Amino acid sequence: MKHDMVTITIDGRKTSVPVGTTILAAAQQMGIHIPVLCHHPKLTVTGACRVCIVEIGGQPVTSCTAVAEEGMEVTTASPYIEGLRRDIVDLILSDHPYDCMVCERAGDCELQELAYKYSIRQPVFQGERRIYTKRDGNPFIERDMEKCILCGRCVKVCDEVQGVGAIDYAYKGFETKICPPFERDLDCEFCGQCIAVCPTGALVSKPSLGKGRKRNVNTVETVCPYCGCGCNITYDVVKNEVIRARSRQDTINEGWLCVKGKFGFSFINSPDRLTTPLIRKDGKLVPAGWDEALDLIGERLRKIRAADGPDAIAGLSSARCTNEENYLFQKLMRAGVGTNNVDHCARY
Amino acid sequence: MANDSIEIKVCLGTSGSAAGGEEVLRLFKHHVQEQGVEARVGRRCSPSKVGCRGFCSKDVLVDVILDGSKTTYQLVTPNMVERIVLEHVIDGKPIAEWTVKEEYASFHAKQHKIVLGPCGEIDPESIDDYIAMRGYRAARKAITQMKPEEVIGQVITSGLRGRGGSGFGTGEKWRVCRGAPGDVKYAVCNIGEVNRPLAEGNPHAIIEGLLVGGYAIGAAKGFLYIRERYHRSVERLSIALEQARERGFVGRNIFGTGFDFEMEFSFGTEAFICGEETALMESIEGKRAMPRVRPPFPAYAGLWGRPTVINNAETFSNIPLIIGMGGEWFSKIGTATSKGTKVFTLSGKVRNNGLVEIPMGMPFREIVYGIGGGIEGDKTLKGIQVGGPSGGIIPTSMLDMGLDYEHLARVGSIVGSGGMVVFDEDDCIVNVAKFYLEFLQRESCGKCVPCRIGTKRMSELLTKITEGKGEENDLRTMERLAGVMATTSLCGLGRTAPNPFLTSFNHFRDEYLAHIREKKCPAGVCTALITFSVLAEKCKACGLCKRACPAGAITGAPKQPHVIDPEKCVKCGACYRACKFKAIKKA
Repeated sequence: MKHDMVTITIDGRKTSVPVGTTILAAAQQMGIHIPVLCHHPKLTVTGACRVCIVEIGGQPVTSCTAVAEEGMEVTTASPYIEGLRRDIVDLILSDHPYDCMVCERAGDCELQELAYKYSIRQPVFQGERRIYTKRDGNPFIERDMEKCILCGRCVKVCDEVQGVGAIDYAYKGFETKICPPFERDLDCEFCGQCIAVCPTGALVSKPSLGKGRKRNVNTVETVCPYCGCGCNITYDVVKNEVIRARSRQDTINEGWLCVKGKFGFSFINSPDRLTTPLIRKDGKLVPAGWDEALDLIGERLRKIRAADGPDAIAGLSSARCTNEENYLFQKLMRAGVGTNNVDHCARY
Repeated sequence: MANDSIEIKVCLGTSGSAAGGEEVLRLFKHHVQEQGVEARVGRRCSPSKVGCRGFCSKDVLVDVILDGSKTTYQLVTPNMVERIVLEHVIDGKPIAEWTVKEEYASFHAKQHKIVLGPCGEIDPESIDDYIAMRGYRAARKAITQMKPEEVIGQVITSGLRGRGGSGFGTGEKWRVCRGAPGDVKYAVCNIGEVNRPLAEGNPHAIIEGLLVGGYAIGAAKGFLYIRERYHRSVERLSIALEQARERGFVGRNIFGTGFDFEMEFSFGTEAFICGEETALMESIEGKRAMPRVRPPFPAYAGLWGRPTVINNAETFSNIPLIIGMGGEWFSKIGTATSKGTKVFTLSGKVRNNGLVEIPMGMPFREIVYGIGGGIEGDKTLKGIQVGGPSGGIIPTSMLDMGLDYEHLARVGSIVGSGGMVVFDEDDCIVNVAKFYLEFLQRESCGKCVPCRIGTKRMSELLTKITEGKGEENDLRTMERLAGVMATTSLCGLGRTAPNPFLTSFNHFRDEYLAHIREKKCPAGVCTALITFSVLAEKCKACGLCKRACPAGAITGAPKQPHVIDPEKCVKCGACYRACKFKAIKKA
């Protein structure tokens, strides 16, 4: 095994890491924090933001791209490096709106954290800022491209994880912008993965706008109710209302959600939502208790099976149930009722 | 091309064509036939097209070669053709008043044309012309008699370094790529703007060089990467490629050795960044041209993740010479560490503008005053921008410095793609730096922060200075910004982007300070810092300035000195140029 490892020194501490490990990954394993803006552990390397620079042999090198080599000496936070990092953050802030007070991501923004860390109230490098007045008309994703720092995470998640490629870079130079083709309104799957990876407030969930920022919410860990995949969801809840759906990276679904999990939670507080069984009495659906409803179903199933045999009965279940529930349902139909007439909207 | 035939060579490079070369060639053919030249003089005479010979300011250039003696005519227009045919071709009397003047000889005398040599001599659309000058012999020798390692050895011996950007050793690059694991490898030739004369004048040398390169690294596929807009280059290269394929120099089983090598075009769009090799590869793959992170280097993982060598057309054009004449021969040209020659586009305020090829190490003085013929109007030389937009400005004090990779690096410039712009006393150095930074800002791919925003901020600060709003603190801010850009940018574009500012600021500090402290532009270029006024004692009240003024800013009655209203003046300088009595003062 030994020859597959390389030994490097980071900030005076020796460590052995597998061949091919980046300096950033090695430092993270040692608990050494290196700031990043474009790097994302689930996406391929971009190397765009340059804030993860470290000093190797006196030269500034981006730690997200530099691969550990035997005997490498790395300094992650010399005054020289911190000065360069400060100036890079300064440059980003010089082209960023100063509206943290109304930003959805305040308190949960990776850029804001770096501005705080380097105490940049007014950028040294001042100048023109990109102004975009066009707002995207889609119902789910608010795209405020003035806040975009062009880290490219959204482009990569859309391409590499989702396989959609709905957005990409357009234009050149200072005018470079991430947008759908021909700057049309976003017309994609609306999985919202781009929101999940955006380090700033450039991409936020439209249904959640103005309903509560990260520090003002309670979080509830749950499982997505939409299908058998069982994705883990973290709901942000304010005053007993779910305002936002997120997912953590350390979950079975690695933090990724689809449009339903990401945006489909408004039914929870909908007045149209059924909360009790309904039984049709005299042509009208009337609310009933669970015992009454289950008794009625059992009685009717028995009668039909006695009169016309079990194959007169068919069962249709829902993909919104869990796998376990669907397993039990087919068991009920096959073993209990005695028919193979069982299906569900996503097929057994 | 028997010795007793009469040759008429019409320059049909981009410049020659633009000057009307197509029509000139057509008329030569017409008159040669109509006058029955071949019958009358009893010799073959076929006018042909040739590529650019560099002296574009005098196009259309036409060579008439009669009895081994070459006469070159300059500024040939269609109505001159008949007389040349009658008096020179038939009667054997050259028309002295139309021939090139002394500067044509001095322009060429100091040059060392090994790569550009055939341009302007052979018909670029004829593979036979190329073969007649030993074309494809180097490829035959390399592929049939030499092992790939021996080819690479010769290139290493030659000392050839990349002619496109950073000047990395070509042989070394090939060696690494050959040694990189993988069955599928690619060779890519980037045909950039400055390579167009090569593609137009001697396209087969590029194809032969790429073929040898492909053989050396073990590639079966080569790409000719070129902007589609370079129509003539594309056309000539396409013809050349088709001819090479017909003769079996490209395709399967080349020279019967079993070596297969295919070549195809990959068309780029309008982007400066495509000169960066990893962005170029993205472009070939059909993606947006944005540089990749390195490592891995292209020699290990390039096109579609395969080991790839990218060189530009000038580098590849040197290869047939190196293989044909030997690496030793090549290494005798140039300096200890910069071998061979370099093609430059000499432009700006020199008398002789054009495309030049000089041995590495030639002092700038010789380039400007020898080849370039000195400064137009005998004005004072101010500086020379070398290496394209991201190169640096060389001041007059360094005129005796030799042009090579090391010297340029030492003064913060690069050989780059081979642009050379000469500035004189009428050029404002701050404005020049601003111009280049604005260009680089527009051409930044937008990927990394220091380049995308840094070039913007730097061009803003330079604009501020040219507008007379600069403060001394801005200079410190720019130096700090330049440091961030040069050390943390992702690719060469961002890393070299501060060069125009840094070099100009280092060498022309006074001019920057004049803009800031005295709010003056010493060259009289920055419109916000100059005022036009009439010198009453010199004004003859002729009214020329009044008529030239587009803004109606000049008033004056007959026999009364005229007056410029500074409120209305748009500082276009029309009055300054119109006045015959030097009565307009620009300050």
